[in-house]
Amino acid sequence: MLGRANPSFSPFGLIALGLVIIFPRILCGEQIQSIESFDVLDRATRFWEMNDRSVRIVVLGSVLIGISCSLMGSFVVTRKLSLFGDTLSHAVLPGIAVGFMWAESKNNLSMMIGALLAGFFGISCISFLVRFTKISLDSALGIVLSGFYAVGICMLTRIQKMDYGSQAGLDTYLFGQVTSLSSNDLIGILLALSAVVLFLLFGYKELLVTGFDPYFARSINLPTNLIQYLLWVLLGFCVITSLQVIGVVLASALLIIPAASASLLAKRMNFYLLISSVLGASAGLGGAFLSFLGDHLPTGPLIVLVSITFFLFILLVRPKNGVLARLIRSNGQTRRFAMENTLKAIYQVMEKKDFKDSSVHKLELMSRRSIASGPCQKEVNQLERFGYATTSYELQPQDKLPPELLISLTPQGWEYACRIVRNHRLWELYLTNEARYEPDHVHEDAEKIEHVLGEETVRKLERILSNPRQDPHGKLIPSLTDIQGG
Amino acid sequence: MSFIPEFNFSQVFLEPWSNPEVVAWNAKVVAMGILVSWTCGVVGSFIVVRKMALMGDAISHGILPGLVLVFIFSGSLATGPMWVGACLAGLACSFCIQWLLVNTPIREDAALGLVFTSFFALGVTLLSLQGGHVDLDPSCILYGEIGLVPLSPSILIGDLNLGNQAIWSMGFVCVCILLGSFVFYRHLLVTSFDQTLARSLGFRVTGIHYGLMLSLALATVSCLEAVGVILVVAMFVFPAVTASFFFDRLPYIVMSSFPLGIIYSFGGFHLAQWLDCSLAASIATFAAIVFLPSCLFGKKNGVIWELLSNRSQKKPTI
Repeated sequence: MLGRANPSFSPFGLIALGLVIIFPRILCGEQIQSIESFDVLDRATRFWEMNDRSVRIVVLGSVLIGISCSLMGSFVVTRKLSLFGDTLSHAVLPGIAVGFMWAESKNNLSMMIGALLAGFFGISCISFLVRFTKISLDSALGIVLSGFYAVGICMLTRIQKMDYGSQAGLDTYLFGQVTSLSSNDLIGILLALSAVVLFLLFGYKELLVTGFDPYFARSINLPTNLIQYLLWVLLGFCVITSLQVIGVVLASALLIIPAASASLLAKRMNFYLLISSVLGASAGLGGAFLSFLGDHLPTGPLIVLVSITFFLFILLVRPKNGVLARLIRSNGQTRRFAMENTLKAIYQVMEKKDFKDSSVHKLELMSRRSIASGPCQKEVNQLERFGYATTSYELQPQDKLPPELLISLTPQGWEYACRIVRNHRLWELYLTNEARYEPDHVHEDAEKIEHVLGEETVRKLERILSNPRQDPHGKLIPSLTDIQGG
Repeated sequence: MSFIPEFNFSQVFLEPWSNPEVVAWNAKVVAMGILVSWTCGVVGSFIVVRKMALMGDAISHGILPGLVLVFIFSGSLATGPMWVGACLAGLACSFCIQWLLVNTPIREDAALGLVFTSFFALGVTLLSLQGGHVDLDPSCILYGEIGLVPLSPSILIGDLNLGNQAIWSMGFVCVCILLGSFVFYRHLLVTSFDQTLARSLGFRVTGIHYGLMLSLALATVSCLEAVGVILVVAMFVFPAVTASFFFDRLPYIVMSSFPLGIIYSFGGFHLAQWLDCSLAASIATFAAIVFLPSCLFGKKNGVIWELLSNRSQKKPTI
């Protein structure tokens, strides 16, 4: 067996400690009368003051559910089994109906037991189908999901026609209604969370190993099947206790979305769990708050919306591959490429005139790069800003025309331009001489590679080509002395 | 009143078809059921062989915000705009999934679950902010009511009464999808089993993928008022999977959704007559009931035969 989890880091311990401190304080408050009469602002302040007991139950319940579901969800998502949660939550519906019939009222305990049994039956059906038939996993999930759900809906619609079924309340199980939480439900939620935390405290390493490397886990005699089943049991617990808040249809979202958001940020599992549980808790809180603001707003969809907002935010701003980071980087790169192309164009214009003038006209540059005046001006400005070029105005012979812009390269600009041209022509030569390309096929490749060739590669190329002076089109390759000589 | 009512043969099987007051009504319901199962069965066969059964689940949930937004902006429940909205939302859903797969480290299952739950949540929230409309409320979207299909208004062209609008539009979608899968059968077949070959033959794999997603969305929205977004998954998955226990060639699997659709529809109808419960749910339940014996005793890979043959194979080695 592996050693126990490293005690120096455990987010679960922190969570457990926090709960022990908060929990007693939350339940001792007074139940106030109905909240129907207040407007939105009033409700918001009432929610955040947390003076009355029902609000505290709501807050605590949704936060705890967020934590437990996202912790379990992290393990499910990293095992690529996200949609098991979805199937499980749909498959419990007949169990809820049976539990309701058994107690002939909305008794949470019997419904929960029914849900647990049905969830297990569903999971066993999936593994049976996958193991004994050729049905692929996704079809098996779809079959169990829709089949169980259909049976559940049959039962529910039947129950609604019975004598005891007239009292509403079963609908809350479809989309969730956080205000229907009672303190008994809270105990169930707390039990589920503590089971999850205990499981993580005592089996963290085993879970990691079986999740990421099942063959290794089996080879060191870990009870992989047992761990798998425990995982299902706990997942079932979390989903079922969360049904009242988030509902059957969307329960899987609270498993998947916080974990998926965490996977964008974290590389190591303990960090992953921390992020995902924080996100789950805040999503639960936010959803509960939003649904508290209106009458009969279903909580489940709101929780999902809050957590997807977090997800989108992370997607946007995450450090390395975030959408924003990528945008900025690609912008910087395109800007550099454009600048280098301008420098090269200036060089070529000068080369055409055999380097007699030390400056070029803006019109020549425009026609060389085939761009309009505006963008060309932008690029010239950029060259000036980086100190690669200076500009001056030359008065036209006829006074009527506007003065012509003259661009001349500074020594740094000249060196940079030579370097780019040299890269381009060296690469062309390399392709024709060493890679046996036709001379008219090499330009496109060189256009791309000229921006990324490093100094070292250039030296190597020069060595391979034995310090050439001319490119395949007969043009001069600027050498080091040219570059320095100007 | 007990939970399972007494089984009365004449009440369950004879009365619906002999009592002149209800025959027309029942016939419409069963016809709608058949059309729904055919449409979904054909589309479903292709998604099942592509191992994308849960994509059906995802798209069927994902169309909801499209529906609700169209409803909010146009204020009507007219069929045309609703379909456009649903198809756009379905495509957007599938596009988001693809984008996440390509651009993030998130894996396929998580991307699927993430996108469709958030689309669905958006739809439900928008819907409940509307204060609950009579025709478009969350529970109807969740389990539909095929029993109310005969209430749909009639199509009138001049003086000619063409009959029930819901059935006509369902029939239209059914014909479209049948024609589409007939015309593009070769493409669908090749892209389902060998994408590389499809590419080398010059087929547009991505285009066909999105076309299939579009027809999924179309099928879902047209079945929506009849069976709702979750039971439609049963209609997608069950025919193809049941057929796969009898045939192993795609054309037969696709074809067998026709007889299966008729069986599901009649069976579900009579089941609902007996149990007095939701018609749509009992059609799906009947599909599950048909699935069970075929899974156990099916000619190809039925569980019983597999177990028996395994045992007989093992014996000599022991």
